[in-house]
Amino acid sequence: MDINEAQNRIIEEFSAFDDWMDRYSLLIEKGKELPTLEPSHKKNEYLIEGCQSKVWLYPEFKNGKIFFSADSDALITKGIVALLIELFSGRTPHEIKNAELYFIDKIGLRQNLSPTRANGLLAMIKQMRLYAMAYEYKMKNQPDGNPSQQNTK
Amino acid sequence: MQREVYGKKLVYFDNAATTQKPQCVIDAVDEVYKNYNANVHRGVHALSDMASEAYENAREKIRAFINAEKKEEIIFTSGTTASINAVAFSFGEKYIKPGDEIIISHLEHHSNIVPWQMMCERKGAKLKVIPVNDNGEIILDEYIKLISGKTRLVAVTQVSNALGIVVPVREITDIAHKYDIPVLIDGAQGIQHGMADMRSIGCDFYAFSGHKIYGPAGIGVLYGKEKYLEEMPPYQGGGDMIKSVTFEKTVFNDLPFKFEAGTTNFPAAVGLGKAVDYLKSTGIEGITAWENKLLSYATEKLSAFDEVNIIGNSLNKMPIISFVIRGIHHYDAGMILDKLGIAVRTGNHCAQPVMDRFGIDGTIRLSMCFYNTTDEIDILAKGIEKVLELFL
Repeated sequence: MDINEAQNRIIEEFSAFDDWMDRYSLLIEKGKELPTLEPSHKKNEYLIEGCQSKVWLYPEFKNGKIFFSADSDALITKGIVALLIELFSGRTPHEIKNAELYFIDKIGLRQNLSPTRANGLLAMIKQMRLYAMAYEYKMKNQPDGNPSQQNTK
Repeated sequence: MQREVYGKKLVYFDNAATTQKPQCVIDAVDEVYKNYNANVHRGVHALSDMASEAYENAREKIRAFINAEKKEEIIFTSGTTASINAVAFSFGEKYIKPGDEIIISHLEHHSNIVPWQMMCERKGAKLKVIPVNDNGEIILDEYIKLISGKTRLVAVTQVSNALGIVVPVREITDIAHKYDIPVLIDGAQGIQHGMADMRSIGCDFYAFSGHKIYGPAGIGVLYGKEKYLEEMPPYQGGGDMIKSVTFEKTVFNDLPFKFEAGTTNFPAAVGLGKAVDYLKSTGIEGITAWENKLLSYATEKLSAFDEVNIIGNSLNKMPIISFVIRGIHHYDAGMILDKLGIAVRTGNHCAQPVMDRFGIDGTIRLSMCFYNTTDEIDILAKGIEKVLELFL
């Protein structure tokens, strides 16, 4: 399944509910189901700037693909990051960099988040893309490299 | 205000952030722009005279409302923050030397912390902080211990914006005055509850915002005792604050104009005057009695939830309740309540040190005022039930 197929699946999942309260429930469920992040990865260097609640995003690079894991102290935020992980985890840097994310508007996510949370969502996407760019760069220059967040900024 | 959000009648519980405006206030501001919009204290023409008169009338209404001795002691600013910054600068320039100390409390809004930190940085002075107990109450004994020969000013809030706790400002002022130390009160959360009697409190400075007392945004007041305001240098230079200007020397204007450089927000000042009229005609005793009833009702309703923990359990509170729901992040709860048409504030409420004191990073804050009802509190209680159902 490519990224667009995964996006379509999310759109389908959300469109089963008309009421935004039910859509929040779905996000909350996704947040609850997200595998826990290892405590050792809950470090400041993995915190995403620009989110009001805390979000840790940890990347791992294996066989040319990036695997993300994440956690947040707020459950709706965790649900949002879970959606992004559903889309991006296990993809190549190239796929992540070039993905066009239409699901956000299609499911009305942006309109149903407060402006600060919508900014947080954009910050998460930006951070995932920065990791993708960093890994792509490392792949070209020093295969098997593992960039830290610092040199992606 | 009658409006709907997300198809539901809005329940507005964010009055400590800003209050809604009565029609008479909106009309008063409207009327300035429609009928006598001209710059104050400048023109020789009729319109400017009308505007100046309305502006000065508003000043007099505010003087009477806060029971200040003189009209000259009422300075119009843009709000509480500007008022405190004005004192922090001007008082600092006149009276503060390296090694001097300023006392604030652990309950302060960032607006009554940062200006003093900046002043201390500029002047080489030190900031001392009065601690609070587990109920969020100021510990007066600790305050007394902090006073020393180096203390130059005490700056405390009248009511904690984050927790609603009432600070004993009269006692704090009396104690400071025994040592001839002036006191500034941040009245942003006290003024709207009828707590601003300058002669009864005896404080030397009092700051508040118009928009929290049913007036327009962009206008506020600094009350200062004449003896200090006379001695303090202006913090901004410009028009209306001078008597004469040559390139060699400027002679500053008399009070209050010395501290009102540039064109002030005079339509908002007139609106604030009207808000004060409105409060007086509504009756401040009736307002506070109803607000107290709302506070007890809401406290009882919220306490009924095992998962809800109210932060700051003092018995002496204004109608503000800060709480956390065990296991649920305040942003999550706030977001669901918002979708249910209930406006509350979540986060640290610009008072991080208070949050740190209680080992939390934020709360849900319910801030009520006289136009709220017990039915609305019931709606909130239902909203919390929904939150619990979704997240737990």
